Amino acid sequence: MDFQLIWFILIAILFIGYFILEGFDFGVGILMPFISKDDVDRRVVINTIGPFWDANEVWLITAGGAMFAAFPHWYATLFSGFYIPLFLIVIALILRAAGFEFRSKMKDKWWRKVFDQFIFWGSLIPALLWGVAFTNIVQGLPIGEDMNFTGNLLHILNPYALLGGVVVVMMFVLHGALFLSLRTTDDLKERAEKIAKTLWIPIAIVTAAFAIMGYWQTVLFEGLGLIPGSLPTLAILSFIACFVFMRMKMQMYAFGAMALTILLGTSVIFYGLFPNVMPSSLDPAYSLTVYNASSSQLTLRILSVVALFFVPIVLAYQGWSYYVFSKRVSRDAIPRE
Amino acid sequence: MEVIEIARWQFGITTVYHFFFSPLTMGLAVLTAILQTFYYRTNSEHYKLLTKYFGKLFIIIFALGVVTGIVLEFQFGMAWSNYSRFVGDIFGIPLAIEALMAFFLESTFIAVWLFGWNRLPKGIHLLSIWLVALGSVLSALWILIANAWMQVPIGFVLNNGRAELSDFVAVMLNEQMLVMVQHTVIAAFVTGGLFMLGISAWQILRNNQVEIFGKSARVALVFTAVSALLVATTGHRHAQHTVIHQPMKMAAMEGLWETEQPASFSMFALIDQENMTSSREFKLPYMLSVLAYNNTTSEVKGMKDLQNEYEEAYGPGDYIPPVKVVYWSFRLMVGLGMLFILFSIYGLVQWWRNKLEENKLYLKMATIVMFLPLLANSLGWIVTEMGRQPWVVYGLMLTQDGVSPNVSAGQMLLTTVAFTLIYGLLAAVAVYLIHRFAKPGVPEDSEKMLHTY
Repeated sequence: MDFQLIWFILIAILFIGYFILEGFDFGVGILMPFISKDDVDRRVVINTIGPFWDANEVWLITAGGAMFAAFPHWYATLFSGFYIPLFLIVIALILRAAGFEFRSKMKDKWWRKVFDQFIFWGSLIPALLWGVAFTNIVQGLPIGEDMNFTGNLLHILNPYALLGGVVVVMMFVLHGALFLSLRTTDDLKERAEKIAKTLWIPIAIVTAAFAIMGYWQTVLFEGLGLIPGSLPTLAILSFIACFVFMRMKMQMYAFGAMALTILLGTSVIFYGLFPNVMPSSLDPAYSLTVYNASSSQLTLRILSVVALFFVPIVLAYQGWSYYVFSKRVSRDAIPRE
Repeated sequence: MEVIEIARWQFGITTVYHFFFSPLTMGLAVLTAILQTFYYRTNSEHYKLLTKYFGKLFIIIFALGVVTGIVLEFQFGMAWSNYSRFVGDIFGIPLAIEALMAFFLESTFIAVWLFGWNRLPKGIHLLSIWLVALGSVLSALWILIANAWMQVPIGFVLNNGRAELSDFVAVMLNEQMLVMVQHTVIAAFVTGGLFMLGISAWQILRNNQVEIFGKSARVALVFTAVSALLVATTGHRHAQHTVIHQPMKMAAMEGLWETEQPASFSMFALIDQENMTSSREFKLPYMLSVLAYNNTTSEVKGMKDLQNEYEEAYGPGDYIPPVKVVYWSFRLMVGLGMLFILFSIYGLVQWWRNKLEENKLYLKMATIVMFLPLLANSLGWIVTEMGRQPWVVYGLMLTQDGVSPNVSAGQMLLTTVAFTLIYGLLAAVAVYLIHRFAKPGVPEDSEKMLHTY
């Protein structure tokens, strides 16, 4: 069996899970200051993701751990190469978690304002930087013979990559707005629906521009002509479906279609990369592939058995927790101060 | 400063800081689960109130443990990429399993527990806090499997310039891990126990809800006394393992320059690493042989002989760790461990004589002793990690060879300063919040303590 392929797919699944799940809670965090009319609203918004954001973050930690175990060179090259962006992501995640945990523990206005900032920037920065990082990967990076990234920060923050970051942020905001429309009531729910509807067209335009530029900016569409292939086509269709469902007031389906869009969009990236995991722009021979970056067969085999056993269990109890907390959060649920 | 030095400081700072919170989390998770089990079985309102009260303090600490843990996982790749390439085949497995098996469990069920009061059947709700406790212990188990392999690497072959797995079961059941995990997890129980005792003592001293906090003080006392005794026995076992598998670490822990047979235990010494001597020594004859090998005749190797052996095996170099730090950290840790045993047993005696609430001096001491396990835990890791130097993987890879080749000193310094400042700030906020929420004691009505963000 080709264990490298299996683990490539599993890591893709972990990132897809991360982007779908943390995607909506990043979106909620970014929307929180704009969608709320007062402090009770803000608390409602935070409580919609209250029972979930921490477990959602574990998808990232698991993706990192799995990458370390199955493809140590991929992990080492990616994490040391994106040193400053990952540092900023970590700092953002720390401050964001502090924001959730500590903001409502005190009544002072300034206290809450500070932690609101942490929640907002802590959601915006990682979303932006994950977009930047993945765009960089599909653009190809100056990776040398020793598998190390040789560029600098300015290289990473190139305009096209920043546009990729913006696309991810916008997608997550839309995803978050749809999530809020499912988890809130009354005015908040209406505002969330309206935001989602208003944002769809600008997001579609920016994303289309980004995708079209991808033909000469990235390695993803090499060998493809005008017809973009099945996965991208499905991604476009599900994104359109999201709009149609919104129009038809079928929020649950719209949210599902948005999740599917993220799933398919991320799949386009991973599918287009394979068998590379980090293409080198200096010399294709220096590219990291699933074969030259992987662990030994024995390690991959053991990991596969472990994953086969635990992934279904994790999915079952995480799914159950979403079921337990499926009730909408209303303003009455927030204790009066 | 060079990259390697800054990277080491960063790892030290971020790990020690993380390890202020993780043992507290582990201990408090188990204790909170015990309190809730008492509530479940007796239906006593007092235990329900205590569960919610300590749960609230637990969650503040838990949050900091989670966020500082992310830094650690990322740091291997960010700052120690050569190390990651070399060990990933083995070291990555426990990390991946830890995330899959422990982190998901903890993070999902902590939310189920927090938001699940009044929403779930009582039994399921109780189960969720036990699953959080289980998750935190499992997390310790897997990370220690990873660390044990750095101390005593087994079950591998050197291949393609890296250590590749050859025997998974050997890595999983590394004896080093078995001795470490008992010692570490039980030390975490002492940490949680003394924390709960200290908070309870503080409330009793303030004459606030004495009856309720007398109960939590007693639960904490029994839990701490048993755990503190076991920390000593497991620590002894750990040291006996170290003397065989990492003799240089043991020699440094004892400040033992010359090989001795029988070996004496050093109580005090002024260590001069440059000239490889110690002065003003005070030693207990035979005691090191007794402690290391359970007899009065065995030889314990000194650092000079070991240095020669290592040079023969690995080529020229300095293989002696920073002796002063290791020697004194070890002594202080053991001293604190002894103190915890005496302190908790003395507390049990006070209880037995029905004087626990009246003994103000003891209660006052408890409010100070509660902070000392944090120090003892850090010292334990300093002994373990500094004592392994100059190796990052014992006998296989030097620490200086593990650092990322493409990260500059400037970047490393920037992140180290930023982490330190943010961690300092968070610690201040956490201490402030714990104090603020601990102070009023339990509310009259447990229904008023529902969790919302």
